[in-house]
Amino acid sequence: MRRLLALAAAIIATWAWGQSSEIDHPDPAVESRLKAISEELRCLVCQNQTIADSHATLAVDLRQQIRAMVGAGKTDAEIRAYMVQRYGDFVLYKPPFQRNTLLLWLGPAILIVGGALALGITIRRRGALPVAMAPDDARRRELESLLAGSESAAVRSGEHAPAKTKKGGRSRP
Amino acid sequence: MAKLKFIVPLGLFVVLVAFLAVGLTRDPREVPSPYIGKAAPAFRLSQLADEKLAFSPQDMRGKVWLLNVWASWCVSCRVEHPLLVEMARRQVVPIVGLNYKDQRNDASKWLAQFGNPYALSVSDIEGNVGIDYGVYGAPETFLIDKQGVIRYKQIGPITPEALDTKILPLLKELNS
Repeated sequence: MRRLLALAAAIIATWAWGQSSEIDHPDPAVESRLKAISEELRCLVCQNQTIADSHATLAVDLRQQIRAMVGAGKTDAEIRAYMVQRYGDFVLYKPPFQRNTLLLWLGPAILIVGGALALGITIRRRGALPVAMAPDDARRRELESLLAGSESAAVRSGEHAPAKTKKGGRSRP
Repeated sequence: MAKLKFIVPLGLFVVLVAFLAVGLTRDPREVPSPYIGKAAPAFRLSQLADEKLAFSPQDMRGKVWLLNVWASWCVSCRVEHPLLVEMARRQVVPIVGLNYKDQRNDASKWLAQFGNPYALSVSDIEGNVGIDYGVYGAPETFLIDKQGVIRYKQIGPITPEALDTKILPLLKELNS
């Protein structure tokens, strides 16, 4: 068991060493800022990876550039601007809100609002139907007297006797 | 009203299909360069043929020229190379090579083997100039005008089609 633990510790140690082997003496403060910034940047070589994740040489170089800029006291915004200047907005995983990204940013909201409106209108219309279909009192009396008294008259005139509508029932003409 | 019920979803569907159809024809690997219409970034690098000689884009002021990013490790560059050699032979446009993240020895050998279409090549061993130009692979080619403004960028090898439909017409326009 102890041997197993030692082995595990050794593996973890080499793994951790492997993680930080990109530079000789990483500064934890710089590395954490590098990670935060580069996780929001797209690697242009393997486009579905961030610059933080990618092992492409370009990503390694760009991490090195970011380290240098962090070391030089550049702000996050300045570093992002540096990347956008070279690779365009595509490099940002979180694109800026501007004219050509309006649809991208507002699209989901438009869909939700549009869907909610359509749903609301449909429900309203359906809710209104049985009320419109139900006969009012005068009409109901008329219908009942027809049903009770002169069914034969309706048949003669070629009309179908109207079925008795239950309240709230939905039948269409 | 009943018609609208079918027309609206059909319309939405057509719009969606149109969006997807356009999306399918686009190559996501071709990221448009933000440098089009902007001044080519300045640099000063030593030449591949002679380390003591330097080159700067400033030296090409007044000329329309191509900056071609290449490397001996780049397979697609070999595909593109015969076209560049042919362009150089016909003296279509001066081509400056940016030898990107390469070793001088390897690069010189490569040129000796496949032919040298370049007016000169510069060594960007660290790849810093490449980063300044937004290079994310090789080959890439920038067309730079007399004022030092980047007018066109070819991502990947220059194809005969790109040469005929984009580069040659632009050269004609810029040189007149």
